Amino acid sequence: MAVTVRLPGSLRDAVGGANKVEAKGATLEEVFGDIERRHPGFRALVLDDGGAIRTYVNVYIGDQDARASGGTKAPVSDGAEIMVIPAMAGG
Amino acid sequence: MRGTILEHIGGTPLVPLPRIGAGLRARLWAKLEAFNPGGSVKDRAALWMVLAAEADGRLDGARTILDATSGNTGVALALVGAVRGHRVQLCMPDKVSEERKRIARAFGATIVLTDPLEGTDGAIVEARARAARDANLVYVDQYSNDANPLAHRETTGPEIWEQSGGAVTHFVAGVGTSGTVVGVSAALRRRGVRIVAVQPDQALHGIEGWKHMASALRPAIWNESVADLHLTVGTDDAVAMTRRLAREEGIFSGPSGGAAVLAAARVAADEAGNIVVLIADGGERYLSTPLWG
Repeated sequence: MAVTVRLPGSLRDAVGGANKVEAKGATLEEVFGDIERRHPGFRALVLDDGGAIRTYVNVYIGDQDARASGGTKAPVSDGAEIMVIPAMAGG
Repeated sequence: MRGTILEHIGGTPLVPLPRIGAGLRARLWAKLEAFNPGGSVKDRAALWMVLAAEADGRLDGARTILDATSGNTGVALALVGAVRGHRVQLCMPDKVSEERKRIARAFGATIVLTDPLEGTDGAIVEARARAARDANLVYVDQYSNDANPLAHRETTGPEIWEQSGGAVTHFVAGVGTSGTVVGVSAALRRRGVRIVAVQPDQALHGIEGWKHMASALRPAIWNESVADLHLTVGTDDAVAMTRRLAREEGIFSGPSGGAAVLAAARVAADEAGNIVVLIADGGERYLSTPLWG
């Protein structure tokens, strides 16, 4: 599946300055793995050592919170828009 | 203010942290700002900013208070506005926890949700744009308003001095708008207190209310030279300390509280004295987040 992943300012340096990246995968895990292959270090910013979404990051697949759809096992459909945002807002 | 809940802003407890502080060279003391009526340290700045805007004529009862906020300042402004009879409009990033939106609305504020991908910087940009095109909005701008640090110079700092009997040697706080650090520094540095400013260690972090200054819009009131020491903490370590605060000291804090105490403990390991660390809010506002999941 080909998807678009939109990123907050705090993650753009990790992907060369882009505010969105195109990626492939059938699950969120595969999508992040695809981004990691092109931008090493990205995965560790959004997933913890156990492979779960970091507590201070929220991921939306369309309008759905990915945590409610299985976390990193959440399926993604072709053309989906994924949004990675900080769960907490700076001061 | 007299005869209203606003009288009870400030005067928050200062309590020791005997378990977390055990074995350290300095004693640790926590200033518990969740005891403010609005639930956070921001009540102080909100009150002083609103009173200043009334005093200089900008707020005349017909105009609406506006600010950009990640949540606590919004709640505080909404509370102060409700008591003082002003409408309040808040620009807040979408997708922040529901608690802060609901509480602000409960006090009567209207909320403009901004692009979550742009965080509070996006909320600031939106607030500036709205203020520029609508003369009925009074943009109090906590990031640039001198009344913000002034509140801390006149209340938080003196309280700490009095409550500690003049024994405080260090003050530790996180930097968001920077009002707390700037204001308390102005009050206490001249009394020989060492000021420690703390930030998140990277741009993507979970320390609500704090700014990673290198990657964020810089508050106009911030000046690094007000602090003697600058430290950074990571979110995972901050969360671990936040949990320790609850389970060992009975203090239910937001993640910034754990972050500040973690930094304070690092200082306490190396330097003797009485370290006061400011815990900005309570844990209730984060119950819907994975922090307490």
